[in-house]
Amino acid sequence: MEKVFVLGGGVTKIGEHWSKSLRDLFVEAALKAAKNSNIELRDMEAVYVGNMSSGELQGQEHLGSLMATWLGIPGVAAVKVEAACASGGAVFHQAYLAVASGVYDCVLVGGVEKMTDAVVHDVTAALIMADDAEYTAFTGASFVGLNALVYRYYMEKYGVKQEDIALFSVHDHKYAANNPYAQYPFQVSLEKVLSSPLIADPIRLFECAPIGDGAAALILCSERFAKESGIKPEVEVAASALATDTISLVDRDDLTTLAATVKAAKKAYKKAGVEPRDIDVMEVHDAFTILGVIHLEDLGFAEKGKGWRLVKEGEIEKDSKIPTNLSGGLKARGHPVGATGVYQVYEIYQQLTGTAPNQVGKAEVGLAQSVGGVGGTVVVNILRRVR
Amino acid sequence: MGISAPSVPRVWRERIIKYRLLGSKCADCGKISYPPRKACPRCGSTNLVEISLPKRGKVLSYTVIRTPPRGYLKYSPYIIALIELENGARILAQLTDVDPDEVKSGMVVEAVFRRYREQGEDGIIEYGIKFRPPIT
Repeated sequence: MEKVFVLGGGVTKIGEHWSKSLRDLFVEAALKAAKNSNIELRDMEAVYVGNMSSGELQGQEHLGSLMATWLGIPGVAAVKVEAACASGGAVFHQAYLAVASGVYDCVLVGGVEKMTDAVVHDVTAALIMADDAEYTAFTGASFVGLNALVYRYYMEKYGVKQEDIALFSVHDHKYAANNPYAQYPFQVSLEKVLSSPLIADPIRLFECAPIGDGAAALILCSERFAKESGIKPEVEVAASALATDTISLVDRDDLTTLAATVKAAKKAYKKAGVEPRDIDVMEVHDAFTILGVIHLEDLGFAEKGKGWRLVKEGEIEKDSKIPTNLSGGLKARGHPVGATGVYQVYEIYQQLTGTAPNQVGKAEVGLAQSVGGVGGTVVVNILRRVR
Repeated sequence: MGISAPSVPRVWRERIIKYRLLGSKCADCGKISYPPRKACPRCGSTNLVEISLPKRGKVLSYTVIRTPPRGYLKYSPYIIALIELENGARILAQLTDVDPDEVKSGMVVEAVFRRYREQGEDGIIEYGIKFRPPIT
């Protein structure tokens, strides 16, 4: 198996980009990634496009060919990868496999989502496609609603108060305030979170990742490519692991853990040769505050039912035990669905190269976790600084 | 854009399992699933038998949908619950004939046949199982 390096990346600001289309966003991120990697897009052997809902929200599929055309490199191998909200993590996994296998030496991997052309009820209908259309979406459940079922069950099972879980939103906003590409770069108080409108009880608006447009891209290459090009890569992909779980909550024995996170993390830690305590910085997929708390537990940083304590006791702050979501997380950096997993890896790359907006003191190893549906797919990517 | 409603054949072919609460039981690990399937989602066994599911169960968790997907706007707000039937099978369904303030985790509910949604003047009316506090 070949070593895989991240040469560089680029992202767009996340927001309501009324003047930019799906392809505009992807091209912008890809060109930035190429420029930051000192490389030409013509050198790409393959392009991987992560996206969830372009068909439903933009009336556009076949993104591999579309983006290859608009990047000026038609002829390149190119394909869309979809795994609901984990599309970004999954596309990185596929691009990693392509280089690790030795088939390609240099590839572009990106994620893009263009959500704000659609009205909220159509976006809600598109997002519930992450679950079972015939037996879940049929009931009228929204994606927020499914997470609300988990939220209530978690609170009742472990006797945890909403105010302690909702703190995750306050945490995210604190760091987004300093992130130039975050969708909501401002701080919020816990009172504001808890008094925001109910979306699906008990989940309130300020506990949900927002709807936004954005794209992120990275250049991956093999050791051979780096050597031949005279490039000294700074960051290596130490592991990329993907796991699935039942697509719907009804088939799960435990509602308060994402088994796919536990499985993917176990595989990734083993491959990278690390343990949770070796992780210096991480980005987790907190589409809702409750998920952030559950991820801290499932990734091995807290016992079940106690993840919220890490947040409350300041253990996930920048200079503490396990600095988490220093980008602002899904809540405040934003969550352009199919792009999010690529943003996360870019953010870990920034931390390892000392270029992050909220830079930790010293980072050798970083982790990014990407979740699709209510944990139907989870990807755990671990990066390591090249010494 | 094309948020498509289920076609007539799609509603027709799903009618039996959506109207009758049929499930499957794994002969190897004992897991009971709704709807019935060919492979057990817990152990992977293909040694499954189709069974009728009990009509009573309890609410494991619930929520009130206030921002519904397209197609459900006129019913909002409505209650969605994860229900565990008396034999352990779990099903996601709407609760009906009950006020959101009266719903509690653990409350006993029974299945009832109800309308789920109408697909406008040109479309089909979809029915299915909802649950309510028992009156029988």
